[in-house]
Amino acid sequence: MNEIPISYFLVLSAILFGLGVLAFVVKRNMITVFMAIELMLNAVNLAFVAFDRARGGAHDGWVFVFFVIVVAAAEAAVGLAIAITVVHNRQSLNIERVNLLKF
Amino acid sequence: MPIILNNLWIIPLLPLLGAAVNGLFGKQWSQTRVNAVGISSVSLTFLAVIELVREYLPLPPGVPWVRSYAPWMIAGTFRADFNFQIDQLTVVMLGVVSGVGLLIHIYSTGYMAREGGYYRFFSYLNLFMFFMLTLVMAGNLVLMFVGWEGVGLCSYLLIGFYFLRKSAADAGKKAFIVTRIGDVGFTIGILLVFWTFGSVNFGEIFKQAGGMPVEGATQIGGTLTIICLLLFAGAIGKSAQLPLYVWLPDAMEGPTPVSALIHAATMVTAGVYMVARMHVLYSHAPLAMLVVAIVGAATAFYSATIGLVQTDIKKVLAYSTVSQLGYMFLGCGVGAYAAGVFHLMTHAFFKGLLFLAAGSVIHAMGGEQDMRNMGGLRKRIPVTFWTMSAATLAIAGVPLFSGFFSKEAILDAAKDGPYANIYLWMLGILGALLTSFYMFRLLFLTFFGEQRYDEHKVHVHESPKNMTIPLILLAILAVSGGWFAAPTMLGGPNYFENFLRPVFETGAPVASAAMAENSGAAETGGAALVKSLLAPGVIVALIGFLTAWWFYIRRPDLPKKLAQSMHGLYTLLLNKYYVDEIYLAVIVRPLLWVSTNVLWHTVDEKVIDGAVNGVATGAQGLGGELRQIQSGNPRSYATWVVIGAVGVTVLVLGVWGMVR
Repeated sequence: MNEIPISYFLVLSAILFGLGVLAFVVKRNMITVFMAIELMLNAVNLAFVAFDRARGGAHDGWVFVFFVIVVAAAEAAVGLAIAITVVHNRQSLNIERVNLLKF
Repeated sequence: MPIILNNLWIIPLLPLLGAAVNGLFGKQWSQTRVNAVGISSVSLTFLAVIELVREYLPLPPGVPWVRSYAPWMIAGTFRADFNFQIDQLTVVMLGVVSGVGLLIHIYSTGYMAREGGYYRFFSYLNLFMFFMLTLVMAGNLVLMFVGWEGVGLCSYLLIGFYFLRKSAADAGKKAFIVTRIGDVGFTIGILLVFWTFGSVNFGEIFKQAGGMPVEGATQIGGTLTIICLLLFAGAIGKSAQLPLYVWLPDAMEGPTPVSALIHAATMVTAGVYMVARMHVLYSHAPLAMLVVAIVGAATAFYSATIGLVQTDIKKVLAYSTVSQLGYMFLGCGVGAYAAGVFHLMTHAFFKGLLFLAAGSVIHAMGGEQDMRNMGGLRKRIPVTFWTMSAATLAIAGVPLFSGFFSKEAILDAAKDGPYANIYLWMLGILGALLTSFYMFRLLFLTFFGEQRYDEHKVHVHESPKNMTIPLILLAILAVSGGWFAAPTMLGGPNYFENFLRPVFETGAPVASAAMAENSGAAETGGAALVKSLLAPGVIVALIGFLTAWWFYIRRPDLPKKLAQSMHGLYTLLLNKYYVDEIYLAVIVRPLLWVSTNVLWHTVDEKVIDGAVNGVATGAQGLGGELRQIQSGNPRSYATWVVIGAVGVTVLVLGVWGMVR
């Protein structure tokens, strides 16, 4: 049986992560930025799962994945709450307008 | 069982307590209560001194009574203790300081009664007594220096007592700064004493110095000579000698009792006391003694000339004080330490009295100090007049009055003593002539002649009892204070000098010890009496009196004519030889210029402030640049994160990998 080599997963993970970074840097819409963050987190999850499979054994990679999912959920909850407040105050989702803490 | 001898600390501590109590609580108190504290502390001190004298006199002479109460500074071989030393010289000084001090305290209760800051005045006055007693009782040079600086502090505080008046505040500063110049020498002198003898205790210093050879009279670099000259620099500042005398006339800005106590009777004589105390060193350094004598004689004559034309009653007395201090130094400089201290004591009596009487005149005139606006006060304030007359006769050197004996003792030593110097003697005689003239001038201008004030504006009145009684007591002392030496008029002994002999014989080289023996006149009985009554000092006193009488009573128009015919000299004297102006131009102005332009505007503003401000500006600029990173734009933060992550990755995989 032909195993898919781990490098395939890692390259895919890297591509996803890179797209996430690119979207995070380029996009101005707050929701899109959230989605970019989710993409990066899931790229990392993919890498975790791939490593877990490659190493076999105790499955500690999976455990990390669960943690990441939990954190991502929490972050999405807080982040979306912030987004709603921003919309209330600014009538806009453009993150460039959220700059009160700027010098 | 000696009580005070075993508890010497009581004497200076009492006035210190009085100063503390009045200073801390006196503000809310009535004058009566402030008086009770201030006067009782000094009275108790005076009683303690009397008890001390009673206990000390039976002890064998020549051995100082030294008691150490606590170690103070110990560093390596350096050691200074809180130790007090009692010998005959200290006893004389204690008597003068506490006795005259007490009388002046009592006088002040009347003189200062209507002044603000009454408690402050008595607190300072008591504090002064504390430091002065410390000065004269100190058993080592360092403790003496504490008293020395302490009296300077009190002098500053009391000269500037009316500190709202700018001239008074300035005079206080002037006194403090000018004496400080001399104190630099004094401090170096103390260090040099320690360096030479390895101790600052008088006993140890004198024991070692007594065994050293006498340095040559022309040997400039001798250690003892240098020490003596440095210490004398301190005395020049404190005792207002040439060229640092300028602060004393200005010090008359203070209340008159202060002038009497600090700037006539006690503090300014500290320099004389110090020279007399260090006599062992001086008598081993003839060159230093010559300098002391020259400075003393020159000051005695010089400031007497200024006193001739002053019109402010206190200024005349101030220059007179400078002049009389010069006599004391002349006495010390020609080896007659006992005569110098004798004059110190009689001067404390008659000059203290003169100042107090002048204060009484000022009090009577409602604050007027210019003698040109007085005149004819004789009948109006008789007690003041009679006491002031007694003091004037004493300072002029009229026979049987105290000043006669002490001044004659000094002049005799300048003429016939082992260090005699005929030129200095002549200066002294000339000074005595001028002294007699300006003192009788003061007396005549103030009390005789027509009255030159407006009867309706000035309510002339005799001072209250608490001012006149000290005047009378001091007058008794000013008349009789010299009678210890009365037998000398008949060729007999001088009991005062005999009393001090154990002090001044200790450690003295052979020459001056022999001098003390043959200082008595050769003739006895009537011949000696005639000789002493016809002494040059007496004759010039008479001439001075007659001249003053001629000028100010017989022909009151003469002084003005003389001033016009000798206009240049008169103006020179009236302006005190322009010394203040010269000091201002030569020292003060350049110093101010350097301080302002170099130290302030360059060193302080450019260098120090520049460095501090430069650091701040640099940090601000750097921060200004760095804050650009904090753009508030999440995308730019993200970009920085990415760049950082890439950088770290490159570093780890690339560079670090290669190094491995």
